[in-house]
Amino acid sequence: MSTETEPGDVLLTMSGIVKTFPGVRALDGVDLEVRAGEVHCLLGQNGAGKSTLIKVLAGAHQPDGGEIVWQGKPTTLGSPVAALRIGVATMYQELDLVDGLSVAENIFLGHEPNAFGFTRRGHMRAEARKLMRRLGHPEIPVGREVGLLSAAGQQLVSMARALAHDARLIVMDEPTAALAADEVDNLFRVVADLTAEGVAIVYISHRLEEIRRIGNRVTVIKDGRTVASNLDSHTPTAELVNLMSGRNVETVFPHREANTTDSSHEVLVVEGLTRASEFADVSFTVNAGEIVGIAGLVGAGRSEVLETVYGARKADSGTVVVDGKRLRPGNVPAAVAAGVGLAPEERKSQALLLDQSVANNVVLASLPEYSRAGFSDIRRELRDARATLERLDLRPADPRREVRTLSGGNQQKAVVARWLVRDCKVLLLDEPTRGVDVGARAELYRLIHELAASGVAVLLVSSEVPEVLGLSDRVLVMREGRLLTEAPASELTEAAVLDMVMEGSEVMA
Amino acid sequence: MSDVGEKSSVDKPGAAPGGPLAGEEPVRTGPTTGVRTPSGLRLDLRLTILTGVLVALCVTGYVLQPDSFLSESNVSTMLRLAAAIGVVSVGMTFVIISGGIDLSVGSMVALSSVWMTTLATQSYGPWVMVLCALVVGLGAGLINGVLIAYGRLVPFIATLAMYASARGLAERLSDGRTQVVEQQGYLDFFRGDLFGIPTLIWMLAVVYVVGWVLLNRTTFGRRTFAIGGNEEAARLAGINVKRHTAMVYGIAGLCCGIAALMVVARTTSGSSTNGMYYELDAIAAVVIGGTLLSGGRGTLIGTLIGGLIFTVVNSIFTQNNLESDIQNIAKGVIIVVAVLLQYGTARNRKT
Repeated sequence: MSTETEPGDVLLTMSGIVKTFPGVRALDGVDLEVRAGEVHCLLGQNGAGKSTLIKVLAGAHQPDGGEIVWQGKPTTLGSPVAALRIGVATMYQELDLVDGLSVAENIFLGHEPNAFGFTRRGHMRAEARKLMRRLGHPEIPVGREVGLLSAAGQQLVSMARALAHDARLIVMDEPTAALAADEVDNLFRVVADLTAEGVAIVYISHRLEEIRRIGNRVTVIKDGRTVASNLDSHTPTAELVNLMSGRNVETVFPHREANTTDSSHEVLVVEGLTRASEFADVSFTVNAGEIVGIAGLVGAGRSEVLETVYGARKADSGTVVVDGKRLRPGNVPAAVAAGVGLAPEERKSQALLLDQSVANNVVLASLPEYSRAGFSDIRRELRDARATLERLDLRPADPRREVRTLSGGNQQKAVVARWLVRDCKVLLLDEPTRGVDVGARAELYRLIHELAASGVAVLLVSSEVPEVLGLSDRVLVMREGRLLTEAPASELTEAAVLDMVMEGSEVMA
Repeated sequence: MSDVGEKSSVDKPGAAPGGPLAGEEPVRTGPTTGVRTPSGLRLDLRLTILTGVLVALCVTGYVLQPDSFLSESNVSTMLRLAAAIGVVSVGMTFVIISGGIDLSVGSMVALSSVWMTTLATQSYGPWVMVLCALVVGLGAGLINGVLIAYGRLVPFIATLAMYASARGLAERLSDGRTQVVEQQGYLDFFRGDLFGIPTLIWMLAVVYVVGWVLLNRTTFGRRTFAIGGNEEAARLAGINVKRHTAMVYGIAGLCCGIAALMVVARTTSGSSTNGMYYELDAIAAVVIGGTLLSGGRGTLIGTLIGGLIFTVVNSIFTQNNLESDIQNIAKGVIIVVAVLLQYGTARNRKT
C-alpha cells in the first residue's frame, strides 16, 4: 500500500450506500466511517442489513448507489479479489477454509508464492510461520491440516490469510459465535494486537458485553439505514436497544380475528428437554389453536429445540407429548404419525424435492395414506394437492409444476401444504419467512393465523423479533440454550425482548 | 444448522417463474415422466432422441447385412444375450435413482450362478436351484444395503468390497472350475420357449414391467426418487431412509440373482467368471438412458433403450466380423455422446 495511514486517520468512508434486490430494499442509505486502528462495531437486528453491507464491503455485492472512499480516494469494490487487493479482508461466519489442506496452504490459497509454476513450499511455510507468530500463536504448526484444528484455530488461520493479503481492514462477522469462553479471550487479544498495528476491524456481534470490551465506536443500522453512527461503545444498553428496535417492518401483520387458543386442550407438552451443548431443561406447552413463538439469537438453540421435538435430533433427556401420547425420542416417523409437521429452516436443502412436481412434494409425508397395498393413487393425490394449493392460494395452483420454478413464498406454502394434507395437529415452523419477499410474507402470516383458527397448535421460530411478537399469542425467549422467559406477546415489547436476548437480563420493559 | 445471515440478503427473492408450458397435453401420471411440466416434455424429448439413435443403429445393421440382421433368429439371439445385463440394469436403475451406485453386480451374478450350480444345490432339483440363486443375490445385495445404510459406508466403497469378495467366494465355492448343469429340467425350461418366444426374453420383459410399476406406481418407488432427490428432505418428511436404502440394494442383488438364472441357462453352467464387467455395462445403460448419477431422476424405459443400443452395436460388430477392440471404442464414444446430448437438454431446462 502506497499511502500509509496513521492510527486514527479515516480509512474508509461509505456514504449513502443503497442496494436493492427484487422485492427488497436491503440497504437504503447506509453510512459507515472506519478509522485505522479501531474496532468499529456494527449493530442491528436480523434483517437490518448488516450482512448485505459487509458483502458490499467485501466486493461480493455491487451497490446500486452511494460512495465508497478508501484512504481518501473514491473506490469501487468490483469483486472479492479487488477488495482483497486494496486491503479489505472479510471473515465470514462460515469460515471459507479448505479442511484437507495445511495451515500454510490455506493462508496462501489463491496466491501461493511460486517460481516457474512450482510452489515455493519452504518460503510459504516460513511466511505462514511469521504470520502465526504475529497473531501470537506460534505453537500452531503450519503443516497441520486445517480440519484438525479447533474452531478458534481455524479462525486464526482465516485471520492470517487476511494478513497475508496485507489487509488494512478486517471484517469479522460474529466471530465468537462458535467459540468457547477462553477462545474468545484469545481472539480479543489478537484483535487488540492487530489494532495496535493500525489495522481496522469492523466487528459484528449481537453480544453487547463483547462490544463493550473491545469496541471503540458503534454504528447502528435499522431498516437498511444508519440510525446512529460513531457512538461510544459504552452507550447505555437501553439507548442502543431503542435505536435498534421500532423497526418499521414493512409487512403489516394481519389483524388477528380473535385469539383462538383453546387452553383446555394442551396438544404439545414438552418437559425438561435437554441436548448436551445445545440446550438444557426446556419445558413448555402449546395449546390447540395457539401460536407460540420462540425468540432468541442464532445459536441460542431455537432450531435445535424444534428439531428435537420433531425427532430429527435425539433428546438426551426430557419428554415430548403430543395429544397425551409420548413420542419416541429421535424418531421422525413416530412424530409424523402422531400428527407433528415441520417446515425446516432451510427450505431447499431440508424440505423440498426441487426437481419434482408440487404434488409429489405435497404428498411426500403421506405416501402410504395415498396408496392401496403399496400402489399409489395418483389421481387422488393430484386432487387433494390441488385442493390444498387452492386453499393456501399457492400460485400457480398447478400441482404438476416443478417446485424449482416457484417463488420463495410459494415454495414455503408447498412445504406447509405437505402437513395440511395430513391434518397435522402440531406445526413447527422454523424461520417461516426466510427468503420470502415482503408481499408474500403477509400472506404467510394470514395463513398461519388461519391454521391456528382451525385448531392447529403452531410453534414457530424466527430471528426477527417483530415477527415473533406480531404473530404469536405467547412468546418464549431463549438465550444460550436456556428458556429465559415465557410471556403473552401482548405483555412484551420489542425492546424488552432484544434486551433479554442480547444482555440476558430478565428485566421487563 | 448454521445461520445463513440476515433476511435482507435473501439469495434470490422471488425466483423467476418457470417458462410457460407449451400448451396443454393430455394428463399423464407417474413421478418422473409424469411430472409433465417443463421437465416432462423434455424427458420425452430425451427418450425420443434415444429411440431415434436405436432405430438409426438398427437401420445401419440392416443396410450392412440385409439378409440376416433383422431376421427372427438374430433378433432373438440379440435379446437373449442382452437379457441378463438388462435385468441387472433394472436393479442398477433403482440404486442410481436413490443416489447410490453398485459396483458389485457382476460379482453377485457370478456368486449366485456358482452357488446354484454346486453339486449339493443341484441335488435338490431345479426349483431349489432357482430359489438358491434368488436368495444368494438378495442376501448379497442386502449386505451391501446394510453396510451403506446402517454402517454408513459410502456406496462406492461398500460395493467395491462386495465386488472383490463375492467373486472370491464364488471361486472358492467352485474351486475355480466350471460347474455344468446336470438338471435337464432346468435347462429345458429356461432355454425353451413360451408361446413361441424364448423364456429368457419373457423374463426380461416381466422384470422390466414389474420394475416399472414398482418404480412409478408404488410408495416404494416414489420414496426411492425422494431419497435420491433430497435425502434430508425425505428423512424430515418421516421416511425411514435407512431401511429404504437397504431395500434398494436388496433389489439390485435380487436382480443379480435373476440374471444368474439367465446366464446359467444360456451357458448351461455356473462359473466364477460369469458376469464379468456387468457393472460397467449396466451403469452405461442407465446413464445413456438419462438417469442422473446424482440421483433423484431417471426412467427405466431409458435404461431399457440404453441397454438395447449396446446390444445392437454388439450385434452389428459381430455380424460384420469387426474386431472387439473397435467395438469397445465405439461403446465409449456412445456413452460420451449420449451424456453430452443430455447435458444439452438439461441446459435448456434451466433457461
